[in-house]
Amino acid sequence: MALPHDTDAKLAEYAHPERLVTTEWLADHVKDDGLVVVESDEDVLLYETGHIPGAVKVDWHLDLNDAVTRDYVDGEQFAELMSAKGIGRDTTVVIYGDKNNWWAAYALWVFALFGHPDVRLLDGGRSKWQAEGREMTTDVPSPAPADYPVGQREDAPIRAFKDEVLAHLGKPMIDVRSEPEYTGERTHMPDYPEEGALRGGHIPGAQSVPWARAAADDGTFRTRRELEEIYQEEKGLSPGDDVIAYCRIGERSSHTWFVLNHLLGFDNVRNYDGSWTEWGNAVRVPIVKGAEPGAVTVGAR
Amino acid sequence: MTATTTDLPAALAEIVEDFGALTVPDRLQLLLDFSRGLPALPARYSEHPELLEPVPECQSPIFLVTEVDGAGPDAAVHLFFSAPQEAPTTRGFAGILAEGLEGLTAGELLAVPDDVSHRLGLDEAVSPLRLRGMAGMLGRIKRQVREKTSG
Repeated sequence: MALPHDTDAKLAEYAHPERLVTTEWLADHVKDDGLVVVESDEDVLLYETGHIPGAVKVDWHLDLNDAVTRDYVDGEQFAELMSAKGIGRDTTVVIYGDKNNWWAAYALWVFALFGHPDVRLLDGGRSKWQAEGREMTTDVPSPAPADYPVGQREDAPIRAFKDEVLAHLGKPMIDVRSEPEYTGERTHMPDYPEEGALRGGHIPGAQSVPWARAAADDGTFRTRRELEEIYQEEKGLSPGDDVIAYCRIGERSSHTWFVLNHLLGFDNVRNYDGSWTEWGNAVRVPIVKGAEPGAVTVGAR
Repeated sequence: MTATTTDLPAALAEIVEDFGALTVPDRLQLLLDFSRGLPALPARYSEHPELLEPVPECQSPIFLVTEVDGAGPDAAVHLFFSAPQEAPTTRGFAGILAEGLEGLTAGELLAVPDDVSHRLGLDEAVSPLRLRGMAGMLGRIKRQVREKTSG
């Protein structure tokens, strides 16, 4: 029941073009059966100000996180959420959002933890759809509950935990935060509140590639060639590498995970969602300050 | 859920009661109304954005400035906010403070409890993390008022 893929020429260059659709494709298919459009934003009210017709809202804080444990929802909660949004296991899901699809990529990564088969991002996200003057509405759909099977969350292939990162020291790692966060000058992005980390810096050996470098000015992903220049030529990564990406809580690094995994075809990329709010506070883990990746201390644990 | 309002100024108490009377989804709609109702900056500030103070505790950029008529605890306080349309949650927080605090005396404003943002029943609607932005705004408003009335 999956919808056809977008055959756009720019998308066709990517390793997995079936993970993206253009605004044009979505405008053509927005009313199709078997498709649910999901908006996921940083600002929890943005959806209410207007959204793509028929789109449902999934909020990272309220819908995808467990309320008490620092973890994602479990299989039962996810199935319940999907059902309420009218999403079945066969449904094609297209996710879009604000800020270069930053939170949309995070939502997609959580869908991937549950192995939802057909989930795609709208290239350019909310801002491109709006900039093109496409239809928006404040009508909130009331989807008929769908039947979604309760499945297990499969963390291991795409999610890394602190102990795994410790064991990974010395292997490729990408820190996707801003420069001042990487050097340790700040513990949150410029203009955002300093929050929650006792020390500033980065994980030893991690290279700095701020996540938004992967986005063009219009919020779409850079072309495959441009992305290869950044991650493969400039940073020396290869698609066969075992790579871990992290940021502050795992949201910006989901965007980079999407780029490495789906656009460049790296098949062994994990997102460390504990990220700096865990690592920067953890007892007896090493950090590095300054602009250089830094050496991994032998016997670091 | 009923939050304490007896220690709040009347306008703010009314806002807290209005939120408390609604279901969670309707609270979001009310927050959106506050976002839409946030007054535009008067020209003396819109033409001089450098006069406004940024509030980095918010996820999205917001700037605010206070004016105090005179000095001492009885001086009336006026509030001005600037936040982009793409940041409705932040605008909504600003709208609540604009309506709830406008025209209070400096003494009344400084007595507003710092935890008022958690009495709106929004913790479950927007998440506690996002509400930190509102506490950040209130903290900065109070600091400005303290500075401007002590001089």
